[in-house]
Amino acid sequence: MTAIGENERQEIEELLPWHAAGTLSRGVAQQVDAALARDPELARRYTLVREELGHTVQLNESLGVPSARIADKLFAKIDAEPARRPAGRGARIGDFLANLTPRTLAWSAAAAVVLILLQAGFIASFVLKNSTGEYQTASIPAALREEGTFALIRFEPRASAADITKFMETNKLRLVDGPRAGGLYRVRVAPTQLPQDELAALIKQLQGDSIVAFIGAAE
Amino acid sequence: MQPVSDEVLIGRIAKGDRLAMQVLFARHHVRVYRFVLRLVRGEAMAEDLTSEVFLDVWRQAGKFEGRSAASTWMLSIARFKALSALRRKPEEELDDETAGTIADQSDDPESALAKKDKGAVLRQCLEALSAEHREIIDLVYYHEKSVEEVAGIVDIPEATVKTRMFYARKKLSELLKQRGIDRGWP
Repeated sequence: MTAIGENERQEIEELLPWHAAGTLSRGVAQQVDAALARDPELARRYTLVREELGHTVQLNESLGVPSARIADKLFAKIDAEPARRPAGRGARIGDFLANLTPRTLAWSAAAAVVLILLQAGFIASFVLKNSTGEYQTASIPAALREEGTFALIRFEPRASAADITKFMETNKLRLVDGPRAGGLYRVRVAPTQLPQDELAALIKQLQGDSIVAFIGAAE
Repeated sequence: MQPVSDEVLIGRIAKGDRLAMQVLFARHHVRVYRFVLRLVRGEAMAEDLTSEVFLDVWRQAGKFEGRSAASTWMLSIARFKALSALRRKPEEELDDETAGTIADQSDDPESALAKKDKGAVLRQCLEALSAEHREIIDLVYYHEKSVEEVAGIVDIPEATVKTRMFYARKKLSELLKQRGIDRGWP
């Protein structure tokens, strides 16, 4: 393995954050991978970048979600806007759903929309009140909300699918979402809300597994 | 199957489709809110601004040309609104809020305990970065924006995006070092 020159290292190093986030083009990503394979120091610095990415995601996820007030306010303002194209309620809903869900996959599309709503933490459903286009909000039933304690996790690149499956089963983890930027997955670590000290202990225990590259609590 | 794309939704919003607006809002409002919150550091203001961003999306949908991703377009609007709001906000108020944030981080007993945890320290240092540095780190790492997209949102050349990100990371390392964590870089 031969380390690369300082100039090339600097050029590649500037790209590492985007490489970790998976937002480089395939060609450039391959160049970065090749440089990482040749240069151990660059590879070490890449682990720092991945660490930063994991904690930035964790920090942002900890910010919580806005209140339902925001939706109420927005759609009240939209209701007050002049209508752009007069159309009947049936026509608009039919039009929308026809485009959203091909006949053969109607249920999976509906499930995808529900998932998006839940993942976004958006707990209001909108009911079309009348053909003038006013909306009212109503909470999604509590049973549909995701409950439990969650974490963001990234596995070591060398971990096999079998290793990960075994790890998930052994620790009774459930995959909720992912992969996100930097290969992070959101997993449910417990079906109930754990106290902070228990969660910290659990995270520490999971971090001890050799296939875990990063793990941190998530909302 | 793939869910309907943001661009298709915006096309429908341009025609006055409120259900499409609901789906777009559900998909993006949390990330837009978090982006704004990291800039203005006040939840009520972040909520108001997020609402304004989506009202602009409703009003301006017809002008969206699809040259950038819809999320990039929305973050651009959000950034503009956040910076405008910050300019309107009295400086004393900003200082009080910033001071509050800093005090919360250093005086909280839980925070003090957390300092033993490298991850917690790293997150504290991310919070302590300047707004400019926080913004670029969030856009790259959390909002998954490419060099070109960040350049579009922040309105700076692509080369500057790379160097600003580099210096943001460098500053982060310096802050970590001040708190006793030497990463051996830069």
